[in-house]
Amino acid sequence: MLRDYLENRLKEKKILLMTHIVLGYPTFDDAYKIIESMVEAGVDLMELQIPFSEPIADGPVILQANQKSLSGGSTVSQCFEFAHKVVERFNIPFLFMSYYNILYKYGVSQFVRDAAETGIQGFIVPDLPPEEGEEYLIAAENHVTSPIFIFSPTTSDDRMKYLASHGKGFIYCVARKGVTGAGTDFSDHLNSYLKRSRQATELPLALGFGVKSKSDVDFLKGKVDIAVIGSETIRLVDREGVGAVSEFIKNLNTD
Amino acid sequence: MIDRGYYGGFGGAFLPEILVTTFDELVDYFNDVKNDPVFWREYEEVMSSYSCRPTPITYAENLTNHFNGPKIYIKREDLNHTGAHKANNVMGQGLLVKRMKKSRVIAETGAGQHGVATATMAAKFGFDCTIYMGEVDVERQRPNVFWMEQLGAEVIPVKEGTRILKDAINEAFRDWVTNMDTTHYVLGTACGPHPFPEMVSYFQSIIGKEAREQILKTEGKLPKRIYACVGGGSNAMGIFSGFFNDRDVELVGVEAGGKGLDSKMHAVRLSSEDASVGVAQGYKTFFLQNKDGQMRETHSVAAGLDYVGVSPILSDLKEKGRVRFEAATDREVIEALSLTIKKEGVIPALESSHAFARAFKEAPQMSKQDMILINQSGRGDKDIFTIADAVSDPKWKEFITKKAEKYNA
Ligand SMILES: Cc1ncc(COP(=O)(O)O)c(C=O)c1O
Repeated sequence: MLRDYLENRLKEKKILLMTHIVLGYPTFDDAYKIIESMVEAGVDLMELQIPFSEPIADGPVILQANQKSLSGGSTVSQCFEFAHKVVERFNIPFLFMSYYNILYKYGVSQFVRDAAETGIQGFIVPDLPPEEGEEYLIAAENHVTSPIFIFSPTTSDDRMKYLASHGKGFIYCVARKGVTGAGTDFSDHLNSYLKRSRQATELPLALGFGVKSKSDVDFLKGKVDIAVIGSETIRLVDREGVGAVSEFIKNLNTD
Repeated sequence: MIDRGYYGGFGGAFLPEILVTTFDELVDYFNDVKNDPVFWREYEEVMSSYSCRPTPITYAENLTNHFNGPKIYIKREDLNHTGAHKANNVMGQGLLVKRMKKSRVIAETGAGQHGVATATMAAKFGFDCTIYMGEVDVERQRPNVFWMEQLGAEVIPVKEGTRILKDAINEAFRDWVTNMDTTHYVLGTACGPHPFPEMVSYFQSIIGKEAREQILKTEGKLPKRIYACVGGGSNAMGIFSGFFNDRDVELVGVEAGGKGLDSKMHAVRLSSEDASVGVAQGYKTFFLQNKDGQMRETHSVAAGLDYVGVSPILSDLKEKGRVRFEAATDREVIEALSLTIKKEGVIPALESSHAFARAFKEAPQMSKQDMILINQSGRGDKDIFTIADAVSDPKWKEFITKKAEKYNA
């Protein structure tokens, strides 16, 4: 189970690294190479985003990656085939991240079942609150995978508890208001939010949105369990190519 | 979440977590004003002193004679301040923003009518204002962009996706998730997450309330059919809602047939096989999408109808059989527009002309004893460039060419 894996890893590392890529971007072959470099560099788990034409919670970097992947012809079935390949090859947990319509059109229960059979260990669906997610939650339960829910700084204590009661694996805390990709000020103003998050759940906490340097990751040590690197690797690949990924991650990953 | 707003199987609130609190707050405020008769009176007062409410119904005698069929009446939403029904929604939400004590409004716009209306409301109430508009629409609706900027709004051309209305909605949401403390998103149509479909329909219901009274007063009976164009569905919801309980009144929603259903270049969600149920932009409804759930490109000569989704309330009314949906092609629309201008001296917007086009198609088969009502949701002045091209007016071309030469000199 995802949570056991994370808790075991946390006995060896102060903070875990989760990275995010958009499937089919720049191409499926490149995405494979990026995953290979990331795993070699010591990433602990990965989010594989199935591209969607209306990624409402994503900022310009991930938005464009979604669009380019789709205009390159990426399909959901290619994403499943690709996931199958990487799950077989690499020994870390992989999650699917996408928007609800991708699950809905596929058939929510089938989607969860097929993903679980592929070896996908959890799901992040940012536009699916538990209130709208009955079928999804039942399917995740049946197939022993982790539906991952999101806390935000505007989430009340009560709602955090409610979300955590439906979540499995870990909780994804967004660091601030806004969409992915913009800068985050990693300073003590985050403390009370992270403390509230901690009090609301026993699940491990991940923190994402704006994490892009070793000092950001260092700041998060002792505060959360997982640092999430999203847009920054896409920016890096856009700027310097796939080859630059390995060193970037290794640097983040040093204790 | 307090309440999710379902209409049959459609609607809901598929929200990113960061917005849940903002929506809970909005639902609270909206429920308060809905139950507050003082608010509706304040709303009617603003609409009569600032816009032109009640807008009249006009008997279209020449069109009636032309088709030798039912008596044709037109509800004149074009006479609203800023030239479309959009003012109804915008002023209502503006009053709500005052109650919420927010200082900034944002909006998406397709045709630019909703953008102009929002910018006008912001000027009047003293709010900062940012309008998101697809780059393609900025191109085809320049006069409205000009007015928004004159009104003090910042207009941001959206270069993502298909660069039309849906993409502008996405960008407005991205702004909102960052700035919700100070900012209200004035969604322009009866779509999006709860409470928007209900709230926008509530403000637009003023159209149907007036129209029902007016037609009863003038004719002593209700119309046989009512026609309204359907983009997101707000003007249609507005007029239809006045007649939901009148089972003998047939309600006809007209979508953008674009270059024809076979061409795939259209925006027909409720009367074609090309659409299916999905969830995007925070709500569940019929969308034009492929089998993976990726949204498709849409097309219409009318920017305001060029949208992939449609009001969840209308999806439900379609399933229940209460509203019939039809499509009118770009070409039929231009013909109906020209005929209406020549016969009646009123200039419907390209969007509204869809309703006219369908009514004209059906009128010859109806009895002279019957009476129909067409909602003229807006006026066509904003479409002068598009219409001039469509009718290929040589004098207009000459004027533009000369003007361009002057600018280039
Ligand atoms: C004049 C006019 N009519 C109709 C519409 C379509 O919107 P709705 O379906 O919400 O009435 C628009 C949209 O911009 C418009 O400007």
